[in-house]
Amino acid sequence: MLSTSKNNGTLNRREFLKSSSGIALFIGASGIFPALISCSDSKKIQEQFEKHAITAWVKISEDGQIIIYNPASEMGQGSMTSLPLIFAEEMDADWTKVKVEFSPQESETYGSPGWAPGSKMMFTVGSRTTNSYFNTMRTAGAQARAILLHAAAQNWKVPVEELSAENSVVSHNGSDKTITYGELIPYLVAVETMPDVSEVPLKASDKFKLIGKEIPRTEIPSKVDGTAQFAIDVRLPDMVYGVLERGNLHGAKPTLLNESEILGMEGVIKVVPYDYAIDVIASKLEQALKAKSQLKIDWSSSDASGFNSEEIYQEYEKIAAQNQAGEVITEEGDVSNALRNASKVYQADYKNDYVYHAQLEPLNAVIQVSEDLQNAEVWVGSQQGMDTKLGVPGVLGIPPENVNVHLQYLGGGFGRRSLSDFVEECAVLAKEVAPKPVKLIWTREDDLRYGTYRPMSLQRIKASVDSSGNINAFSHTVVGDGGNLVASGIQNDHYAIPNQFADWRSTTHGIRLKHWRSVGHGPNKFAIESMLDQIAYDQKMDPVDLRRKLMANSPRALATLEKAVEISNWSQPSPEGYAKGISFVEHGSLGTGVCEIFLNKETGEIKVNRVWIALDAGTIIQPDNVKAQMEGGIIMGISSALKERISVVNGQIQQSNFNDYSLLRMQDSPDIIETVLIPSGETPQGVGETATPMVAGAIANAFLQLTGKHLRHMPFTPERVLEALDS
Amino acid sequence: MSSYTLSVNDQNHTVEVDKGTSLLWVLREHLGLTGTKYGCGIAQCGACTIHVDGSPMKACVLSVEDFSNGQKIKTIEGLSENADHPLQKAWIEVQAPQCGYCHSGQIMQAAALLENNPSPSKEEIKAHMNGNICRCGTYLRIVQAIQLAAQNQ
Ligand code: FES
Ligand code: FES
Repeated sequence: MLSTSKNNGTLNRREFLKSSSGIALFIGASGIFPALISCSDSKKIQEQFEKHAITAWVKISEDGQIIIYNPASEMGQGSMTSLPLIFAEEMDADWTKVKVEFSPQESETYGSPGWAPGSKMMFTVGSRTTNSYFNTMRTAGAQARAILLHAAAQNWKVPVEELSAENSVVSHNGSDKTITYGELIPYLVAVETMPDVSEVPLKASDKFKLIGKEIPRTEIPSKVDGTAQFAIDVRLPDMVYGVLERGNLHGAKPTLLNESEILGMEGVIKVVPYDYAIDVIASKLEQALKAKSQLKIDWSSSDASGFNSEEIYQEYEKIAAQNQAGEVITEEGDVSNALRNASKVYQADYKNDYVYHAQLEPLNAVIQVSEDLQNAEVWVGSQQGMDTKLGVPGVLGIPPENVNVHLQYLGGGFGRRSLSDFVEECAVLAKEVAPKPVKLIWTREDDLRYGTYRPMSLQRIKASVDSSGNINAFSHTVVGDGGNLVASGIQNDHYAIPNQFADWRSTTHGIRLKHWRSVGHGPNKFAIESMLDQIAYDQKMDPVDLRRKLMANSPRALATLEKAVEISNWSQPSPEGYAKGISFVEHGSLGTGVCEIFLNKETGEIKVNRVWIALDAGTIIQPDNVKAQMEGGIIMGISSALKERISVVNGQIQQSNFNDYSLLRMQDSPDIIETVLIPSGETPQGVGETATPMVAGAIANAFLQLTGKHLRHMPFTPERVLEALDS
Repeated sequence: MSSYTLSVNDQNHTVEVDKGTSLLWVLREHLGLTGTKYGCGIAQCGACTIHVDGSPMKACVLSVEDFSNGQKIKTIEGLSENADHPLQKAWIEVQAPQCGYCHSGQIMQAAALLENNPSPSKEEIKAHMNGNICRCGTYLRIVQAIQLAAQNQ
């Protein structure tokens, strides 16, 4: 780990800092450092690093207060608690004295292992946060502890092996000497050499005092009294406001027809043209919005012109029928041969329309560029990115170290805030009005119409059973735009099917696309799990028995199935008019979900009444928070499976706000979502995206039980349900 | 521009804005009461819910000139002295928020319910809260928190 560690087991501070990058220590003490180190000022941190560094992750003050840095975005998934908690566990810190702050956006120091070997990144996506930071945070916490123990040992002149720590107190075994972490600070500065902490031991899991316990989330109190600050809440002296009109045809170029009229409006400061939008900057938000509503714009055509999302499925069917395979994703055994020799072959198409992120805080940012245009301060709710400065250095033509990003709470992310288009837009505006700060706000209409959607797709599945009723072949073709955006989740890692084939066939329509919670897993798992139930139904098998067989080689997956069967009382029939359906998903963690639905046969409305989930996510950091993620994931899954739909006519997005893009509301929500977490000592796995893709399959499978009919086109709107009933 | 005096959280504030400016922008951008959120601007999501003379209303569709005649406006910042309204305590106890963006509005909407109906049924809660969207899907915990607050009141 530390390549430069010396043989005598010590490092001087400079070497330590140079060599330890992400796990560098930085224990600042007020009273010792005249200037308190602010986590928002990366330059200062850099300077302090040079001078006094101890740990980059934690600051301790003499009264025992401990500040631990969280390197990940907080969008409701709980990183503001889970990551510092892991650190505090290994540090043996007194959790009641811990305060959490966002770390600076510097991936060299605060990144977790990136996708390329040896790389680092700060990117809160793919439910990777806890998984990717688990070892980083444990090691850093253990290193902080080791340094504190080292200082105590030097002070008491006893071997460090004779010391132990608990709840921020160091004790000497063998005498009754104790000292708190806060009290150690004067001795820390006196420590001239650092201990070599490259190989610190980590705790055994049965010694955990914080991990796996019910610890309330740190930021929740600020979310019940209005004090939690989102980027949209930032207000700075002299701040002006920017809004953009982006139209509803993605990629169209605007020509502004009434610029002088707009410039004459009250409060309007500037009109800024973009390739795809016209911006208005005004002194006040309401003035900017009023001017925006008066813009007369001529829009060019674009790649999306002529595209109709409803009609295009016919095209997709033709592509799916071609003999030529697309990009092959899975190829095991010989599917064609198995299908030819099968005793029965099943085939079905599944479809899904575009869906929109609808994070409740519309996109926004606040940026201030210095008068000489050489520095920028950025306030933003972002899921971060490969570029931790979110594209701002590129827009301004300045080095990344001149851009300071103040991460704020995110009013929802779901993948939308992993794209920095809105931050770059704001940087353009900030440059125009420098040194005034500017707040860019996307209205809901902007956010929806110029959204980046989960792509529509068509899935064609062919599967077969052999003479003893076992599934022996499974072929899955997905047709849609966006590669992994439509293909993720197409593999069946936990189903033992000897012959499997999956491919992606490309289309393109000029519609903006992005990762949407669970990405391709939503549509793909819907298709796979529906096909399994179709086979079970036809073979007069219990869908659970069918999956049991398939999971024979995956004991962890099977355990979630058995647990879900148990807690949902699977074998107990539901009341008249109700039925249960089951579905399995792997997305880091493994989960089996059961949905019980009620169908109104007159109106075609489906209500999900109760949901049960059994989840194996490895070591659980915060059990209640994992359950909250299951609840939220299920609600978003129901919402997208039953209601959500973006449609496109002649390239134009047809919806504009929550009046015509419906989200699930409280009255339509289930009464019960029960989650059981399977005990495990394995590495923690992501939980944010496992529940959402369970839902559509489980609903469709319950519908099949109830009616003998298939729902194969998401969302299952009442019209589509009635159509299925009539079929 | 005109001058309007608003009574917000028992204090009078005078603002210079155009007639027709939404109360939401006045509260957030002029008065700095940013606990009240913007989610849709068309009375569909409830993120901007405030109380006007005790009734829950959606600030995004209210015009400033109609609410500067002595009406008592209350925002999340004025709901309690020390964030200790029974609902706020219950909200923390059941760990209701995820991203938290909708929750000022949720709590204000719920507070108006408990004012008039100290022990609402589950169905009454759901009906009363149906205008408040939570994209993170915290609905079940909101119901739980309201029931808990009703009990603890
Ligand atoms: S912002 Fe007012 S209801 Fe949505
Ligand atoms: S907690 Fe995120 S919208 Fe409700």
